[in-house]
Amino acid sequence: MNGIPSSTWFTTAPHWQWYIVLYFFLGGLAGGCYFLAAVIDLLGRRVDRPLARLGYYVAFPAVVVSGLLLTIDLSRPLRFWHMLIERNTFEPMFKPWSPMSIGSWALLIFGLFTFMSFLAALADDDRVRRPALRRLQRPRLIALRAPAPLGRVVAVLGGIAGFYIAGYTGILLAVTNRPIWSDTPLLGMLFLVSAASTSAALLVLLAHRTRLQLPGVADLHRFDAWMIVLELIVLAAVLVSLGPVLQAWMNAWGVLLAVGVVILGLLVPLAMSFRSPRFDAANVTLPAILVLIGGLLLRIVVVMSSESV
Amino acid sequence: MAEPMGFYTDTTVCIGCKACEVACKEWNQLPSTNGGVNTLSGDSYDNTRQLDGTHWRHVKFVEQFPEDRQDGRWLLMSDVCKHCVQAGCLEVCPTGAIIRTEFDTVVIQSNTCNGCRNCIGACPFGVIDINPVSNTAQKCTLCYDRLQAGMEPACSKACPTKSIQFGTIADLRERAQQRVEQLHEGGEGRAYLYGADEKMLGGLNSFYLLVDKPEVYGLPPDPKMPTRNLITGSVYAVVGAIMIGLASIFHLRERGASEP
Repeated sequence: MNGIPSSTWFTTAPHWQWYIVLYFFLGGLAGGCYFLAAVIDLLGRRVDRPLARLGYYVAFPAVVVSGLLLTIDLSRPLRFWHMLIERNTFEPMFKPWSPMSIGSWALLIFGLFTFMSFLAALADDDRVRRPALRRLQRPRLIALRAPAPLGRVVAVLGGIAGFYIAGYTGILLAVTNRPIWSDTPLLGMLFLVSAASTSAALLVLLAHRTRLQLPGVADLHRFDAWMIVLELIVLAAVLVSLGPVLQAWMNAWGVLLAVGVVILGLLVPLAMSFRSPRFDAANVTLPAILVLIGGLLLRIVVVMSSESV
Repeated sequence: MAEPMGFYTDTTVCIGCKACEVACKEWNQLPSTNGGVNTLSGDSYDNTRQLDGTHWRHVKFVEQFPEDRQDGRWLLMSDVCKHCVQAGCLEVCPTGAIIRTEFDTVVIQSNTCNGCRNCIGACPFGVIDINPVSNTAQKCTLCYDRLQAGMEPACSKACPTKSIQFGTIADLRERAQQRVEQLHEGGEGRAYLYGADEKMLGGLNSFYLLVDKPEVYGLPPDPKMPTRNLITGSVYAVVGAIMIGLASIFHLRERGASEP
């Protein structure tokens, strides 16, 4: 093909840039933090509940900011509701085969779950004593959180929605005709694993900053090490599946991917957690920050390198 | 539904006059670039360069000249939206702004598009882009308004060499096949049709007669649907979700022995 590695080179970039990169990162954190919080609430120790609260405190604001980022990224932001309601018939707009269409609904539904869990976590948090919150009828709000029966339903459904938000963004990129994005079917899996890893890192970091000394923090740290291993495997699979398209990364983007994502964002934090297998709260800050930076860089490389082809 | 309508573009008789581009801009009231100030591409006689939100027709100048310029060949091709029977843009559009008309053409409704730009990356041919005046995604409508009034599209009407021909798909395919045979008999054995049958995205309602490989004209040799990755991508993501779920349950569940 005259040195062109794929038919995707004949297409136009959709100008998805910084707002979208940030959304992919924040959406991943929202989904991942909510999911981890839900697992702690459903299956974890009771003493770790403050850790789960941190997850809910992250998820709701991150979803709100995500929605704002997506809205201002539209060329016609005031028409954001066209994603949900068909503008001419005012019937619900839903295309199950279009990732952006399902994603819009999923963000709305996940937003509702994060809001419920956010309120429940606030009501549950002994340190928050706001009169306004008291008027919100604390026992009813706490019922929205596991182990209350209704709370279990919220945690399971919200956790699934969170997973969806964390992973669909990669599939959204794959369901185009753009270089790299549509040349591998593995981006959804990659973003999902990266979301789990960055979310665990963020919760460990926040727990450390708020001086929460709980056994669950060490568990999350170990969980993150496994996620890093999984992410390395998936990333290797992405590189293999790209084949000749890899030439799009034979430049500064490839260097950023190798140094920023693989070495600094994955291998260094992994080595640090192997070097001190016994969990030491003082030594978790740097690897957690590196994992978060690596997760952001991953999305920058994947989105921007295709935009620049 | 009316009969499927479309364009057949015979690139061998295109003279690169760009009358189609001008007619398209005039009829569809598309703005000039750069506020009307001349912008020269600097390396080609083609100064409009591409299809985008304000260029719904574009005459490509394929200038094949060696370094010493002893020899040379021009390939001219008036490019436009292919109005694919299986249209990637229409498939991904989350607002329902992109519709299929009674003429089997693909049209973006400007009152509905919110500029998410998913269709831009989904189009296998790079046809669509944002029109900076309306801030919506735009492309050729195959002059939907003229078709509804029983008129032919502005570009084909303006074409002085009948390089762009408008008609029913069945009729155009017959005409195009005759032209290929004529060229083959006349010694131009390279002539072939691009997108004239169902094999390419169910058929392109704007198809082409070419005399070189598609990529020479900037056309993908094997355009695909964006949704080809939907099922496999989702399956892999679900596999990832199961692995993460199992790992999280293993690490975060309450373990009787380790309970302090």
